[in-house]
Amino acid sequence: MARTLAWQLATVSAIRAETPTVRTFTLALPAWDGHRAGQHVDLRLTAEDGYSVERSYSIASEPERAGEIDVTVERIPDGEVSPFLHDVVVVGDQLEVRGPIGGYFVWESSMTDPLFLVAGGSGIVPLMAMVRHRARRGSGGAARLLFSSRGPDEIIYREELDRLAGAGNGFDVAYTLTRQQPPGWSGYARRIDARMLAEVLEPLGREARTYICGPTALVETAANALVQLGFPADRVRTERFGPTGT
Amino acid sequence: MTDRNMTDSQPGGTPMDEPEAADPTVDLMLDGNAAAGTLAALFGADVTVVPGKCDHCGHVHALAELDAWTRAPGSVLRCPDCHGVVLRIVETAEATYLDARGAAYLRFERRVDRA
Repeated sequence: MARTLAWQLATVSAIRAETPTVRTFTLALPAWDGHRAGQHVDLRLTAEDGYSVERSYSIASEPERAGEIDVTVERIPDGEVSPFLHDVVVVGDQLEVRGPIGGYFVWESSMTDPLFLVAGGSGIVPLMAMVRHRARRGSGGAARLLFSSRGPDEIIYREELDRLAGAGNGFDVAYTLTRQQPPGWSGYARRIDARMLAEVLEPLGREARTYICGPTALVETAANALVQLGFPADRVRTERFGPTGT
Repeated sequence: MTDRNMTDSQPGGTPMDEPEAADPTVDLMLDGNAAAGTLAALFGADVTVVPGKCDHCGHVHALAELDAWTRAPGSVLRCPDCHGVVLRIVETAEATYLDARGAAYLRFERRVDRA
């Protein structure tokens, strides 16, 4: 039986820019029992006057990494927590964290059915933990990711995703850019819709296990479209990002 | 009130990410995954996979699938079918209040030892 979920102090051991507005924070956790791909942590900030605020952030790193996790955070201009993380926190700072949290939106490499991932914006984060977990294990069925971003500079983890897609281990990625496309762009250039889902999903077949994470509108559109395509609802798991983290 | 038709009735055509920020009720809506930490602290284990029956309409959903509003003094989880309130959770300095009047039941599966 897992021990009761408790707050612990994490130390920021690295900060990396992913896009102009997205950063990854590596948190060293002395008391960490490991996590499952797709889980998140709660992060708590407390001001000197005692005012405190909590936010949930998905874990981006694979469970195979011990003693530390990555959380990837988009900076929301009028947010309470993400501007602090982006503008104030430096390596060596300590943050209050509890986790791992969640058992619904998780995937493990022992699940060998084809894997279909659908992400919008920073909704990629928990799915990236799954992609990395799968790559580390070097096994599992075929996997495809459909990833919607606004513009080419906003594709989080692009380099790593392209590298993993070229590694020949059954993982592939399709991008769609909804607002701005670079010259010669060969990916999709519209918001995710039923036809796009059907095209990207096609090689995986109807047995695919599906995870959708993004803003509410994207999640609802994608989940409803999959049900209309004849997908059993219990094969589709969803997680909504609100105004992406704040 | 939330106009659910805004998000329910557009299979193609209409832009998906335009209406964001239009309605704070929709904009701040998350799902039960966002309440997982609070619930786990309360129950001592993850309960987002636990199915609950809505006392208003009778539909059964995993707690993760409920609509959730968590950016407030308390959290409110509503049925995604009828939008009735299923769970309310309020944390104070001394205690956590769980109002589960909207749940006919929560189903906790007995753990079975793996062979």
